[in-house]
Amino acid sequence: MDEPLNLVLFSGTDDKLQAAAVLTAGAAALGKPVNLFLQYWALDAFRANRIAADHGLAPEAGRDGRAAVDSLRAAGQASWAETLRQAKELGGVDIQACSLSMDLLHLDQTELDPLVDGVEGVTSFYLNAGDGQLVFI
Amino acid sequence: MTTQTLTLVDARGLSCPMPIVKTAQAMKAIPSGTLLEVLATDPGSLKDFAAWSRTTGNELVEQSVDEGVYRFVLRRK
Repeated sequence: MDEPLNLVLFSGTDDKLQAAAVLTAGAAALGKPVNLFLQYWALDAFRANRIAADHGLAPEAGRDGRAAVDSLRAAGQASWAETLRQAKELGGVDIQACSLSMDLLHLDQTELDPLVDGVEGVTSFYLNAGDGQLVFI
Repeated sequence: MTTQTLTLVDARGLSCPMPIVKTAQAMKAIPSGTLLEVLATDPGSLKDFAAWSRTTGNELVEQSVDEGVYRFVLRRK
């Protein structure tokens, strides 16, 4: 379990971020290191002032999907941000913002939620990824 | 006979992966050799706790299900 799991988060909708958070927390619970690399709209969702906002769902969710997600939330499902917080508490989870996406969105690290550990370029991400699996969401 | 304290994690109503996350957090806080009892309702629990036990080396001592509530007893490695 020593090779890290590497997740590239691109999409900024709540369903895809939830799926990524579940994969992260599961790996962390098994003691597997996890590297998250935040790009584009996923990075936008990590803005400190909007992390708890409604980020919508992927188009394929439709109306029924919206209702299903809402009912799970009403039943007390932890948000993706809370799931990531719990995962980080277990240790071994590193969340980095893609520097290109920081430029694209005119973001400064002080505007990001404290869940984000830092800013890096793709080379640094690959270096830390080692020979671990890479998943793009 | 060794005294084995039993810590309880009530994960009933929590969806995947929170029962396992709460268990992993609680396990870090107890001494080696002591027991942890977990209650969960997530339907993936049976397979998840078996897999978690096998991967982390924390022994799954007991498991049962009663009216949709899964109960696991694990011993910290």
